[in-house]
Amino acid sequence: MRGQVAIIGVGVEGLSRLSPEQSYREMIHAAAVRAYTDAGIEPADIDSVVTVAEDLFEGVSIFDEYTPDQLGAVLKPIHTIAGDSLQGLGAAALQIATGAFDIIVLEGHSKASNISDTGAVEDYALDPVWNRQLRFPAEAIAGLEMQRFLHDSGTIAEDCAEVVVNNRLNALDNPRATYGASLTIDDVLGSPTEYAPLRRAEIAGAADGAIVLVLASADVARASHRHPIWIEGLSWSTDHPGLEERDFGRAAYCEQAAARAYRMAGIDSPAAAIDFAEVDDRFAYKQLMHLEALGLCEPGEAGAMMSRGHFSRGGTLPVNVSGGNLGAGYLFDAAGLYRVVEVVEQLRYDAGRHQLDDIERGLVQSWRGVPTSTGGVAVLSNTV
Amino acid sequence: MTVAKTGLRKVAAVGAGMTKFMRRALETPKELSYGAASMALKSAGLRRGDIDCCVLGTAPDAFDGIHMNGEYLTDGAGGLGLPTLRGYVGGGTGVFSVIQGWYMVASGMFDVCMVVCEEKMSPCQPHPQAAFLTIFDHTTERPLKPNLLWIFALEMNRYMNAYGISKRDIAPVAVKNKGNALDHPCAQLGAKITVDDVLESEVMAWPVNRLDVSPTSDGAAAIILAAEGVARRVTDKPVWVDGVGWALDTAYWATRDLAYPRYVETAARAAYEMAGIREPKKEVDIVEPYDPFTYKELHHLEGLLLADRGEAPQLLADGVFDRDGRMPSCPSGGLLGVGNPIAAAGLMKLCELFWQLREEAGDRQVPGAPRTGVAQAWGDLMQVGTVVVMRR
Repeated sequence: MRGQVAIIGVGVEGLSRLSPEQSYREMIHAAAVRAYTDAGIEPADIDSVVTVAEDLFEGVSIFDEYTPDQLGAVLKPIHTIAGDSLQGLGAAALQIATGAFDIIVLEGHSKASNISDTGAVEDYALDPVWNRQLRFPAEAIAGLEMQRFLHDSGTIAEDCAEVVVNNRLNALDNPRATYGASLTIDDVLGSPTEYAPLRRAEIAGAADGAIVLVLASADVARASHRHPIWIEGLSWSTDHPGLEERDFGRAAYCEQAAARAYRMAGIDSPAAAIDFAEVDDRFAYKQLMHLEALGLCEPGEAGAMMSRGHFSRGGTLPVNVSGGNLGAGYLFDAAGLYRVVEVVEQLRYDAGRHQLDDIERGLVQSWRGVPTSTGGVAVLSNTV
Repeated sequence: MTVAKTGLRKVAAVGAGMTKFMRRALETPKELSYGAASMALKSAGLRRGDIDCCVLGTAPDAFDGIHMNGEYLTDGAGGLGLPTLRGYVGGGTGVFSVIQGWYMVASGMFDVCMVVCEEKMSPCQPHPQAAFLTIFDHTTERPLKPNLLWIFALEMNRYMNAYGISKRDIAPVAVKNKGNALDHPCAQLGAKITVDDVLESEVMAWPVNRLDVSPTSDGAAAIILAAEGVARRVTDKPVWVDGVGWALDTAYWATRDLAYPRYVETAARAAYEMAGIREPKKEVDIVEPYDPFTYKELHHLEGLLLADRGEAPQLLADGVFDRDGRMPSCPSGGLLGVGNPIAAAGLMKLCELFWQLREEAGDRQVPGAPRTGVAQAWGDLMQVGTVVVMRR
């Protein structure tokens, strides 16, 4: 699939912590108009559409019913992926790779402000036989996981706090980000403990937003667009869904997905090959765990390297210059899609105040949040 | 789909399996998935390690009562550590799952795909209809508290009025399908009934009577898809996925003419074009249209261009759709007879084509060595059509 699929259009509406003035359909429509304009396409040019959504987050059963109209895609082939953004990106890219489709639209959104208790929805994803009747919040899994990760890797609480400080500072230069702040390590360490050792400031706050991408086959991308951004590598994986079976100290799903994505991209040494990365940081420790799983540093080193500035905006391998989930706001299953937009804009040298210099290849990594063990990895490039 | 269909990577079904459809309160959704997936592996002579990607189909999470139900099912379905995709298009999901498996393999990225659909409706108490109360538009429709039976009653009524069709013309669908299901070992509601039984059964929402409706159920079905090279190595009887099509109509269903499912026609035309079918009435040997309600089978046969508009009841009366007729329709027994665990029921239709086209359908086998089969499902707010053409 390498070199077969390019991203030729991106559109974002939001992000914002609240959006009472817009329905999700209006947000999607606004993002779609931007993406189609960016790609230079009309709705009639679309061959197929993929959207990403989960029923219980939407408050609608069979949510895909409400996807075609605002995308201008009535009577088109459309389907919804109940999964992560990068699974949606996979569903779109694979269709193009068959050779039967040239232009595919991918949509994801979050209207988290409509959900009175997102935690209660996540609790409903716990195994109904083994876990749910124990009546613990799904987010408590993050506390257990962080404890194990700190123990196994030697990472210290200050390293995790540095992730929060760094990402929220980065967000101050991203006009779309909603949680930009100038904090100190002590601010983070002084915030209340939610699920020990996880502190409240280490949990990303939710945001609303809609993201639309336009993907195209190589022929169409080369013929019609100034800045096609190419998918060099892409995979995703689901590790043990059962809490009792998984390894809490590492992100096995991320290791599995990264190995396949790097193989596709022909990357042997990711730390050298990747210029910058957008890595899931729903919880601060997760960014460090994911960096190790991605092979962007040695196991056990991510925390110390974070604190030394290796992953900051001026560092060797900038991570989450957008602000990440902690700084930009967490969009649930659309979070990865927003990261794809950030990487595309960087690779087009179109990112404004937080633009990086001299970049050729960026990485997006996503995770579906608690209690899942699913995540994806995409490697994007501005050269073929 | 705009480019030439020639040169697409060929994809075949090489194994199939399903559980019995019934109320299965003692088994978890994971276990149901495992049952169907392991039967499919056995029938293909493959092992879990041979699978390199996985498709999960399960309709609203409200049935199983599990948020992100696809995550939960993954290990039972054989997708552990693999790239999995759970796509959904409501009731169209079962047939769509094979379309999804098709594009995963046809992309060239994967060689063997496990496709598993599961639905467990029994946890939804007092009745799974309650889960359908939340499928309607929260602003314009939900305050009216509509349920599915009402809107399908509207559609059935419109279909009858548009073409002058009576309830008596439609009722034989239930007689045929429940009769066919008597020969299906996984069937929930096979029965020998008469047209009068259907017409005299309780009125649910006129013109829909109880025997016009398929039963809620629990169950799972699975199909294994493989790229051409693998398929020819593991079986002498690959069943090719030769055409796929799907289409989703507007969410504003009240603005459409319900007499004709144009979204099914759009999907069917795409699938026929990919399969090189120019005259579906002549070239299709066997069909599994979606039959959650009696009239839907006829409605869909028209959308599939296998009967002229309003003419399907006459062909039904002429015996064309009987198991030994010119174009057997729902030889499995369909949703009306085998049962309707939503996504699993759609995939059951493709399992049936797999067995029929390999002439392995036992007492259900249609005569004449059928070569080309079509399966179709439908869902959402009377809105989506999913169509797959299979050939041996």
